[in-house]
Amino acid sequence: MERIPILQMGEFLLVTIQVDMHDQLALNLQEDLTDRISRTSARGVLIDISALDMVDSFIGRMIASISGLSRIMDAETMVVGMQPAVAITLVELGLTLPGVSTALNVERGMQVLRKRVAGR
Amino acid sequence: MATLQGSTLEAIKNNQDQLLDQWINSLESNGATRNLKEHELRQQTSGFLQLLANGLQQADDATGNAEEVRRFLEKLSASRAQLGHDSHQTAYFIFALKGPLFSLLQRVYADQPALLAEQLLVVSELLDSLGMHTVRAYQITREAVIRRQQEELLELSTPVVKLWDGVLALPLIGTLDSQRSQTVMESLLQRIVDTGAEIAIIDITGVPTVDTLVAQHLLKTVTAIRLMGADCIISGVRPQIAQTIVHLGLDLSSITTKANLADALKLAIKRLDVGDSARG
Amino acid sequence: MNVNVNQSGSLAVRVEQDVVLARQQARKIASEQGMRLVDLTKLVTAVSELARNTVVYGGGGDMDWQVIEQSGRIGLRMLFRDEGPGIADTRLALTDGWTSGSGLGLGLTGARRLVDEFDLDTAPGQGTRITITRWI
Repeated sequence: MERIPILQMGEFLLVTIQVDMHDQLALNLQEDLTDRISRTSARGVLIDISALDMVDSFIGRMIASISGLSRIMDAETMVVGMQPAVAITLVELGLTLPGVSTALNVERGMQVLRKRVAGR
Repeated sequence: MATLQGSTLEAIKNNQDQLLDQWINSLESNGATRNLKEHELRQQTSGFLQLLANGLQQADDATGNAEEVRRFLEKLSASRAQLGHDSHQTAYFIFALKGPLFSLLQRVYADQPALLAEQLLVVSELLDSLGMHTVRAYQITREAVIRRQQEELLELSTPVVKLWDGVLALPLIGTLDSQRSQTVMESLLQRIVDTGAEIAIIDITGVPTVDTLVAQHLLKTVTAIRLMGADCIISGVRPQIAQTIVHLGLDLSSITTKANLADALKLAIKRLDVGDSARG
Repeated sequence: MNVNVNQSGSLAVRVEQDVVLARQQARKIASEQGMRLVDLTKLVTAVSELARNTVVYGGGGDMDWQVIEQSGRIGLRMLFRDEGPGIADTRLALTDGWTSGSGLGLGLTGARRLVDEFDLDTAPGQGTRITITRWI
């Protein structure tokens, strides 16, 4: 079955979404990630969506769920690299993803994650 | 369909100088030479006449393949539009040739009235269609000029400046309408991506009034910036504007506001030092 | 007002994967017509929401698309049609946060905010037809 790869970098997991996801693929990712967090005791998750040219309510919901689920499992989720046009569209759509942490790019997101994890 | 006779083209070629003089006279007396230099006008008129004679000889068809003539006229219209001539003056460049050309034909075909009538009609139709083409080309150039000016105006009104390493500022001046708010928002967001700035300050000191629509646009911009992973501070909220916002029942509690740009910059630098400017 | 159709086509929207194809089709037409990136993203997102509704709530259907011209403006028009159960209370369906399924309830209302024109034509047992237009 089609899967989006999850990379492990120390105590963090990195997911780079590069394909136009259909809904099942998004659901698989959500499942795989929670599974990996629990197996690896990862402290943080970076989801790089800089290659995504569209985020609709389904993908938005998946991002919010991953963020909420990971928090319960004691891992921080950072969504990084959202394109301006995507951000504007999401706001217009009414999906503001409250409670989801964001950063401009992977490097910045990683810095913030390190700081937050160290502070706990 | 009737075509231009060889003898007509011959007559045009043989009487070029005379035609040119009469043509230019007519142009001058009708004010269609404003801002034009003498030698430019000479060049354009003689160039056109040359093309006309050649183009029609080859084309053999009055309205057909006179491609080169058309291109010449498009260039001419564009330069006229830029000189500030109006469409009437531009079109007159062609129409002013009618008089001199007609009197020439009258002389050439003095004893052949049927042929004269036919040739007059052909020349007239040709010049009319070329004149219309000139006006259309003029129109297109003018529209392009207007469009470019509109874009330039919008850009001028949305200057995004770098205030500090990692801090962008957008000083808004004047009334914000829906279209301008949109342009402002998009250019600020794009600059955040381009520069990797972590904090954006929107300064509304120069905005006279804030209505529901503008307040909502501000709110959307701030939210979009947060989604991208940067931070936003709004500065220069004057008492009247604060009152309007409260009065409108808008919830700006999720937005950081500062009284002026200096305070906003101070806060921005502090946040950068702490190093956790990512939101959430 | 006279509406000219410059180009048109149709796409089956039956299964989940078709939602992706519908988005890609919308993106292709919109960029061919030179739509600005932000407007294009809004349109594609609206198409994604509506195509998903067609599959999930309408039991599958079709997307008819047109490139139209009206008083000198070019626009993209999409019709999503299905023979599903239809919607009984259209006012409720167009309220933010309301959903008959498990979604966020942003599909219809969100899509409506992302386009210039939105028309909902439905009745219980009569299927659903939603037409959206975005001008360039």
